[in-house]
Amino acid sequence: MQLPILSVIVFTPLVAAVIMLMMKPTMKTEVRVTALAAATFDLFLSGWVYFTYNMQAAGYQFLEKYSWLPQLGISYHVGVDGMSAPLVLLTGVVMFTGVLISWGIDDRPREFFAFLFLLAGGVFGVFVALDLFMLFFFYEIAVFPMYLLIAIWGWKVTREYAAMKLTLYLFLGSVFSLVGALAMYFANYQMHGVLTFDMLELEKAGFPLLFQQIWFLPTFMGFAILGGIFPFHNWSPDGHVAAPTAVSMFHAGVLMKLGAFAALRVGIMLLPQGALVWKDLIFGLATVNVIYGAFIAMIQTDMKYVIGFSSVSHMGLVALGFSTLTREGMLGAGVQMFSHGVMTALFFAAVGMVYDRAHTRQIPELGGMIKPLPWVGVAFIIGGLVSMGMPGFSGFVAEFPIFMGVWKTQWVVAIAASISIVITAAYIIMVIRKVFFGEVPAHFEGHITPISALDKVAIVTLCGFMVALGVYPALMTPMVSLGVQNILRLVFGGA
Amino acid sequence: MSLNLMAILPEILVLLVGILVLVCDPFFKDENRRVGLGWLTAGGLTATLAISLLAGQPGQPASAWGGMVRYDWLSFAFKMFFIFAAAITALFFMDVDKLGRRAEAYVLLTASTIGMSLMASSSDLVMLYLAIETTSIPMYVLSGFMLDDQKSTESGFKYLLFGAMTSAVFLYGLSLVYGFAGSTSYEVVALKFTSLNIVSVGVLFLILVGLGFKVSLAPFHFWAPDTYEGAPSPVAGVLSTASKAAGFAVLIRLLLVGFPAMAEQWQLTLAIMAAITMTIGNLVALAQKNIKRLLAYSSIAHAGYALIGLVANNELGHLSVVFYLLAYILTNLAAFGIITAFGRIAGSDEIRAYDGMSRRSPYLALAMLIAFLSLAGMPPFGGFIAKALVFAAAVQAGWYWLVFVGIINSIVGVYYYLTTMKYVYLYRMEGENEESFPIPMSRPYVIALVVLCLGIIMVGSFFAPWFDLAGKAAMGL
Amino acid sequence: MEFMSTHLLTSILFFPVVVALVLLFLPSDQQKLIRWTAFIGSLIPLGLTIWMWTQFNSTAAGFQFQERYPWYDALGSSFHIGIDGISFSMVFLTTLLTPIVILASFGITDRVKAYMMLFLFLEMGMLGVFMALDLLIFFVFWELGLVPMYFLINQWGSPKGEREVNSIFGKFTMPSRNYASFKFMIYTMAGSLGLLLAIQLIGVLFGTYDLLTLYEKWTSLTDGTLLGMPVAQVKTVAFWAFAVAFALKVPVWPFHTWLPDAHTDAPTAGSMILAGVLLKLGAYGFIRLVLPLYPAESAQYAGALAFLAMMAIVFGAFASYGQTDFKRLVAYSSVNHMGFVLLGIAAAAASAGTMDAHIAMSGAVLQMFNHGLSSAGMFFLVGVIYDRTHTRNLDDFGGLFPLVPVYGTIMIFTSMASLGLPGLNGFVSEFMVVRGAFPVLTVYTALSMIGLLFTGAYILKGIKKVLHGPLNEHWAHGEHRLTEINTREILVMAPLMILILVTGIWPMWILDVINKAVTMLF
Repeated sequence: MQLPILSVIVFTPLVAAVIMLMMKPTMKTEVRVTALAAATFDLFLSGWVYFTYNMQAAGYQFLEKYSWLPQLGISYHVGVDGMSAPLVLLTGVVMFTGVLISWGIDDRPREFFAFLFLLAGGVFGVFVALDLFMLFFFYEIAVFPMYLLIAIWGWKVTREYAAMKLTLYLFLGSVFSLVGALAMYFANYQMHGVLTFDMLELEKAGFPLLFQQIWFLPTFMGFAILGGIFPFHNWSPDGHVAAPTAVSMFHAGVLMKLGAFAALRVGIMLLPQGALVWKDLIFGLATVNVIYGAFIAMIQTDMKYVIGFSSVSHMGLVALGFSTLTREGMLGAGVQMFSHGVMTALFFAAVGMVYDRAHTRQIPELGGMIKPLPWVGVAFIIGGLVSMGMPGFSGFVAEFPIFMGVWKTQWVVAIAASISIVITAAYIIMVIRKVFFGEVPAHFEGHITPISALDKVAIVTLCGFMVALGVYPALMTPMVSLGVQNILRLVFGGA
Repeated sequence: MSLNLMAILPEILVLLVGILVLVCDPFFKDENRRVGLGWLTAGGLTATLAISLLAGQPGQPASAWGGMVRYDWLSFAFKMFFIFAAAITALFFMDVDKLGRRAEAYVLLTASTIGMSLMASSSDLVMLYLAIETTSIPMYVLSGFMLDDQKSTESGFKYLLFGAMTSAVFLYGLSLVYGFAGSTSYEVVALKFTSLNIVSVGVLFLILVGLGFKVSLAPFHFWAPDTYEGAPSPVAGVLSTASKAAGFAVLIRLLLVGFPAMAEQWQLTLAIMAAITMTIGNLVALAQKNIKRLLAYSSIAHAGYALIGLVANNELGHLSVVFYLLAYILTNLAAFGIITAFGRIAGSDEIRAYDGMSRRSPYLALAMLIAFLSLAGMPPFGGFIAKALVFAAAVQAGWYWLVFVGIINSIVGVYYYLTTMKYVYLYRMEGENEESFPIPMSRPYVIALVVLCLGIIMVGSFFAPWFDLAGKAAMGL
Repeated sequence: MEFMSTHLLTSILFFPVVVALVLLFLPSDQQKLIRWTAFIGSLIPLGLTIWMWTQFNSTAAGFQFQERYPWYDALGSSFHIGIDGISFSMVFLTTLLTPIVILASFGITDRVKAYMMLFLFLEMGMLGVFMALDLLIFFVFWELGLVPMYFLINQWGSPKGEREVNSIFGKFTMPSRNYASFKFMIYTMAGSLGLLLAIQLIGVLFGTYDLLTLYEKWTSLTDGTLLGMPVAQVKTVAFWAFAVAFALKVPVWPFHTWLPDAHTDAPTAGSMILAGVLLKLGAYGFIRLVLPLYPAESAQYAGALAFLAMMAIVFGAFASYGQTDFKRLVAYSSVNHMGFVLLGIAAAAASAGTMDAHIAMSGAVLQMFNHGLSSAGMFFLVGVIYDRTHTRNLDDFGGLFPLVPVYGTIMIFTSMASLGLPGLNGFVSEFMVVRGAFPVLTVYTALSMIGLLFTGAYILKGIKKVLHGPLNEHWAHGEHRLTEINTREILVMAPLMILILVTGIWPMWILDVINKAVTMLF
């Protein structure tokens, strides 16, 4: 009997959330310790899953299947493949570091961590779901705590607006995808006489071409909204800016991947013919994402908006990679999801630490932060290096193959999109230059307190992943390649 | 036991509970009356529930009492819902001034429950009309129960007037049916109304007016907000859940058994009504400042969603209506229960009064979050799966435009539910000293809310048994 | 030992990282311990390199000590390293200069640990470029070297000076070392962009990044169309993408403007390694990638390259002459000297396969090596005097020779090497370049001679301003009394001076290795 390890991963945060809610509101430290314990446990387990995934066997592993609603063919079916295993690990990492970073939250930490863990549980659920219904179930669980987390603990100026905007965008998207999923479900029923939401079954359904063409776009785009695809990316920077640090980390680090991943799983893998038809449109939109996002990021003066729009740009690369439907492009996109997740989590952690002390994120008002906050400065710089695709860091490992995929598809775009690299380098360096170097403005003198040991642990963890992956891509690429093979097999047929 | 007795076993037991309450009332001292009556009613109804579940489960669908009532899973399931709702409501009654100490309130509640149960099981037009009136009259009284509160009086009176009028229209429709069919039995009606003509359409319309009023479908929904606002909160809770569900039970049985031949006509009519209902309910809810009015409009909207399943008119559709109502009863009862509990202390039902509630009582806030998210259709709460099933049924039947309207509406819904939660979690009371205004919760409320919240989560995450129940109910006509 | 001998290159490449990690766990306040650990640690790669030399078969064709490990299999890129004579000389230069530079930095007291670690990482980055036999690995190390250099300038650079900067965040002033380091970073990154794209194109075409394979495949691809354009056209664009990236690093006029800024603000040791090794990366890129991958294009555009080289030589010399800042003077001299390297490469490209080409190319490689020695020495000497006087303005000096005769002697010796005095190393290589280039690119070579003339002028100007002329009394008495160069500093200069002299007298010790490799390359 194999341990139900994926279920344990999914339900640990949920159970922890319930336990925390049971505690008295005054037991703040106990709540934090519980959160940290659960997060550490999950990180350990997700690492375990990642490193014990059997590369020879490939395919879906750690499978568990229990019937949930057998009458409708809904089952609790989990498993990971080469695409999702890194994302599970990513979630574990972001959850762990997010808890560390949020240690100092003093306003109702019990609720904060409970909602955060609810969110984490939902995210884990989506990444391991092999049942379409289950995927939606956990997807929605992941979406709604965002509202509360942003609205309650967010940045006072825009939190209500941003939280609502985000929730409505995402909800709208997901419901459209849900309709697409239901259409698939019934089409499969008509064709094969089997009621099932099992994605492994639906993959084999072989929907008619016309059906795929019609339903691909709503299904894919519904999820891609969460992936921040142009022109539905608007919610994302606002959401990033308004969210508290740990939530920004989750939001940019994991939730946007959730959208991209679900768009891949449901859109491309279940409706491959539709993907072939619409890929040019997605490709075009993603190109806009990449370039436009970078340009917008460049002219922001709020650090979080810079990172927010850079996320739009970087997530555009993910969509770009997917839409090439080439081995390299998808491989890169898969790695980019992980790399960007870790990177942007680090960015938001760093920005949060600066903001907590300086109480401003306006770049022109900051300066010289590396002196009082050397760790943060180094972290931001490493994140910046990843962001600009510096070799030796994970960003390069991810972006390079994406560009190769683009070369194969449309070389002009490869050259055009490469502009974004320079722009990214430019704005990242400008931000680093202004915020971390130069003179510390006089009124900050003495107000900038050093960061705590927990913050350092978080920073080092995140940096460690980016460097390790950059130095030795084989830590992840073979696994993602396996996932990509499976996808391409679905799209183009063959072995 | 004979079939006849079995068929109305729950009603008999509920009646016994009512009589017991009346009999015991004088024995309680005044200060114990609240506790005694409330627990007696709730306990009795729970016992009824248990006994019925153990002993009263129907087998093959059968007619009883000379064809007056059907003894099948549809009626049984709904009866269980109603009795459960009544038991919970009895708990909510307990701590409301002027309601909790009066035996009449509990007796009226049980009487109304009997009426609803009969509505669900009646298979004869006369029986149906009697059941509806049995349900409504106690409700009129309960709505206006707070005699010294003008709003409550207004509420009761308004409900009575509207109710009487639509009741008359409904009765007129029934008499026409009898006139043309020569019988009041659903089955016979079904045989007669096979073709489409001006009469059948007219009859259908008149019946839909009557039932539309009960389930507050637009454009017959005007009474709901005023009544809910004025009525004591637990009563509003019953009105918006059990009473509405009873209407749906009738709709399902009457339309499916009585007018199967005219399915296309009533499907389209109901589709349009569902679309309008959802849209009006949600849009007007956006503008509400009073939480009871907000919930009133939201419950109007929810009637629209539930109707989608009936419009789809397939196996999954019928099932989904039942399931939707189950989830909705749990959720909305919880919502009204919270309002009762909070309004009792805060003395106001304005949404602004909810500022800082999560700091005053974190658990009540959490319960409210669960209820509202379930209303908004978020997992792992009952509302999500219910909505998903309804939409699934419509997709299966090809009602894409209705699904689309439903989607847009649920997004509007998300907006105002979350906005309300913003007051609870985000805003602060003037003075920011919430700690000095705690919200004490009495035991009945705690029990009721815990049961409801667990129920919401159970329905929303372990749905197989509930789905089975709904399936049995829908198949067992 | 067995492991060492079979993994010699990886041992050399990654030993600095091991040392850096050891440093990480030493206590920060033990500065002496850290310095000595770094120094001794950096001697080991040098020892390994010398040992490797004894194993090196200079007559064998192709690459030796090859090692290959899986790295990014999914893209067809493996960790493939190996060396030939050309790379060997560069590896030797790197491993030689690193301990010298570390020794030269013993005076650093600010965050010694981080400083030493960055130097060791830098060494790893540079060695990686010289060893890489995989295009992607090459690029990785190419970019990677930027990062430590950026921080060395940024953090340990000269604290003086301010720059006013216009940015979208408004005008503000920043320390000029920050400005210089950003300029360095952005220039190089922007330059690498074309390289990156061209590498991607090649990777997409062949599904492999292995250089040895690509030498065959990419050059044999001549007919047909690519991306809807004739192959030749695409190749031309790709050629320039490569060339610009490397030209920026060399740096060649007109891409050289980052260099004086970077040098001026870099710490002494940073300048040494920057001039000594980093500039060679660009030239090495030309030799290792551009010429073998684009023989036809290189020949075609050799004239253009030679023109750029000529401009670098002439303008480098003029600019150098015009400086009043001692360090900037030396910095521009690098532009001037590296111009000869490019001239040699251009000549070799134009006449591939001929004797001239061999001579020019050997000269170019030797010039790289020589310039590494002499420029490192010059920058160090500038640093020595700056440490004592805290000024680099030539007008502030004068007549210092009587005060510091040993320093003066060393400086004159090194300057002469830089000037190209026969008997010292600079002469040999410059002569070879000119000899090889003259028959091929006569006009450009002739014009470059003007530059050579001015080389003499600016170097003599430097010597005169510092050592001769009327004594600036300021430095003669009291607390400002100039102190003589100390033993450690002499020890830094000693190996450089010895090699300068040895190479000048008997260049064959290294030229032999280079020459054979060059002959086999073309």
